[in-house]
Amino acid sequence: MTEADLGVEIAGVKLKNPVIAASGTFGYGEEYAGLFDINSLGGLVVKGISLKPRQGNPPPRIVETPCGMLNSIGLANIGLDAFVKEKLPYLSGLSTAVIVNIYGHSIKEYAELAGALKGLSGISLIEVNISCPNVECGGMAFGTDPDMSARVTDAVVSRADLPVIVKLSPNVTDIRAVARAVEKAGASAVSLINTLTGMAVDLGRRSPVLGNVIGGLSGPAIKPVALYMVYQTAKSIGIPVIGMGGIVNYRDALEFIIAGASAVQIGTANFINPRAAVEVIEGIRQYCETNAIARISDLTGSIRA
Amino acid sequence: MSKACVMDENSEVVFQRKMADGVFLMGIESPGIAATAIPGQFVMIRVRDGLDPLLRRPFSICGIREPGVVLVLYMLVGEGTQILSRILPGERISVLGPLGRGFKPDEKDSRALLVSGGIGIAPLIFLARRLRSGEALFMAGFRSSRQVIQVRSACLVCPEIYIVTEDGSEGERGLVTDILAERLKGAASERGRSSIYACGPVPMLKKVASLSKEFGVPCQVSMEAHMACGLGACQGCAVPGKRALADAYLHVCKDGPVFPAGNIRWESL
Ligand SMILES: Cc1cc2nc3c(=O)[nH]c(=O)nc-3n(C[C@H](O)[C@H](O)[C@H](O)COP(=O)(O)OP(=O)(O)OC[C@H]3O[C@@H](n4cnc5c(N)ncnc54)[C@H](O)[C@@H]3O)c2cc1C
Ligand SMILES: Cc1cc2nc3c(=O)[nH]c(=O)nc-3n(C[C@H](O)[C@H](O)[C@H](O)COP(=O)(O)O)c2cc1C
Ligand code: FES
Repeated sequence: MTEADLGVEIAGVKLKNPVIAASGTFGYGEEYAGLFDINSLGGLVVKGISLKPRQGNPPPRIVETPCGMLNSIGLANIGLDAFVKEKLPYLSGLSTAVIVNIYGHSIKEYAELAGALKGLSGISLIEVNISCPNVECGGMAFGTDPDMSARVTDAVVSRADLPVIVKLSPNVTDIRAVARAVEKAGASAVSLINTLTGMAVDLGRRSPVLGNVIGGLSGPAIKPVALYMVYQTAKSIGIPVIGMGGIVNYRDALEFIIAGASAVQIGTANFINPRAAVEVIEGIRQYCETNAIARISDLTGSIRA
Repeated sequence: MSKACVMDENSEVVFQRKMADGVFLMGIESPGIAATAIPGQFVMIRVRDGLDPLLRRPFSICGIREPGVVLVLYMLVGEGTQILSRILPGERISVLGPLGRGFKPDEKDSRALLVSGGIGIAPLIFLARRLRSGEALFMAGFRSSRQVIQVRSACLVCPEIYIVTEDGSEGERGLVTDILAERLKGAASERGRSSIYACGPVPMLKKVASLSKEFGVPCQVSMEAHMACGLGACQGCAVPGKRALADAYLHVCKDGPVFPAGNIRWESL
């Protein structure tokens, strides 16, 4: 039996397989390096980077929910300068695609971030987070409005020297409208979904559990919602869709691919099983071989509907 | 203690023993973790396969029993610990560790003051076992006699062990911090050569930290926070602290769980 070709291409960037570690769940890569060979991944997305370091939201920041979790990290990160100085040297030595997730408070900040990444070696793609529900003055406002989403995309694309993925929020009325708007503004791909806004109440204290009151829901609980949004979006745009939301095993990943995703990201599952992503890759390989699928890309959007 | 030492071991539970009301000691065969763990470090346990409960549970390492058995002393709290308590010897669980920064005992100490509240005794039992030099004084507080975990056999270098219960049903009556305060007031000559190592509920740790400041005795505390990754990747386990004297959030799984008491902003807890 010949080995299945798991390689995929996103905006001209070749990934050795379609499995990527999701932003905010994989640190800056190093954190997981002792546990498995992270070079076996198709790619990894670093924690969202802002121009200045951010301390993040007051604790508690995490609460478990049925088959999921809420987080209100608040985009805590070391900031652009420290990222470039302390994290990029390690990342640029990896033989997996490094995707830098960026986040700004204003269109100007997004553009500055894209400009600052110009010319740096070791980065394959930029992922623009317009969808984080945690920071009042930014994230949400951009990602929920097609017009604002397009303006952010345009600002980043015109400053960046790398292909741009725009990461979409599920907290919208019609995700297709945002997807079409960012495609038109020059995005090379979209990734979805980011977390769904939610909250938890502490009955004993009659107060919100999270220090920030609201948080983002992730994990298996959101998978059906994510699948539907990937399915809808893939049908309405021409650029590649990277699917995520609750993937824990290869079957979940294949469902997203069949629904229309060219690649997938693994988030919360990394916490439960640090080897989740490699196990997904292995599972996909075996599935392709068992079912005589020559190229994983043949499965993308192959859903019979 | 490099990150390369962290392992995810599919480990056999070798025994479970009831130690007090709602408290169990579990032996888990995890030779890789046992080989490098130091007191104060912790493990993240996946209590069962499947998606609910989803997250791993963090537990301090309470000791190492040769060969290769990691001990965890745990209290029943919610669903995760209930499931843990129903695991039978011979069954397997996934154990990630050893994680975090442990206690750094000062080898010059003439006296280590070990102060625990309730289940916070777990990492201090391991520390007491590993203390090589000097002498230790173990002060363990509990609500009442039914919660008391016997530490006599646990400590090799503790000639003095104080059991304190809030209702006086065993040992001395009161709070463990009262006993600590008395000792610190009494032993003026020794203050300069003592260190405090503490783990327990936040109100207790607050009091311990303020005593350590008042008497100028160095103090290390083991803290808790809700966790997702345990590896420093998610930033979920923040506690208000100071880094290079500036206010910052510290991360329990990576910067701790053991911190110098002076690095925590107790007023924000
Ligand atoms: C570094 C560290 C060391 C610990 N060592 C021990 C130990 O040695 N023995 C022991 O009995 N307990 C210890 N704990 C607390 C232990 O993790 C919780 O009691 C346990 O997670 C409760 O799980 P549950 O499903 O039974 O409770 P639930 O309340 O149902 O849990 C719901 C969620 O909240 C989290 N959670 C609840 N209480 C705590 C807590 N106190 N700290 C952190 N997360 C919590 C759970 O992990 C889970 O994600 C430690 C915690 C930390 C952070
Ligand atoms: C703790 C945590 C932190 C996250 N941080 C970011 C982030 O910084 N930027 C971002 O674009 N998405 C972030 N996300 C969203 C994930 O990348 C992903 O979109 C989402 O969790 C859904 O996938 P999952 O169910 O597989 O986790 C974060 C998610 C979690 C759980
Ligand atoms: S639990 Fe994820 S950073 Fe500490």
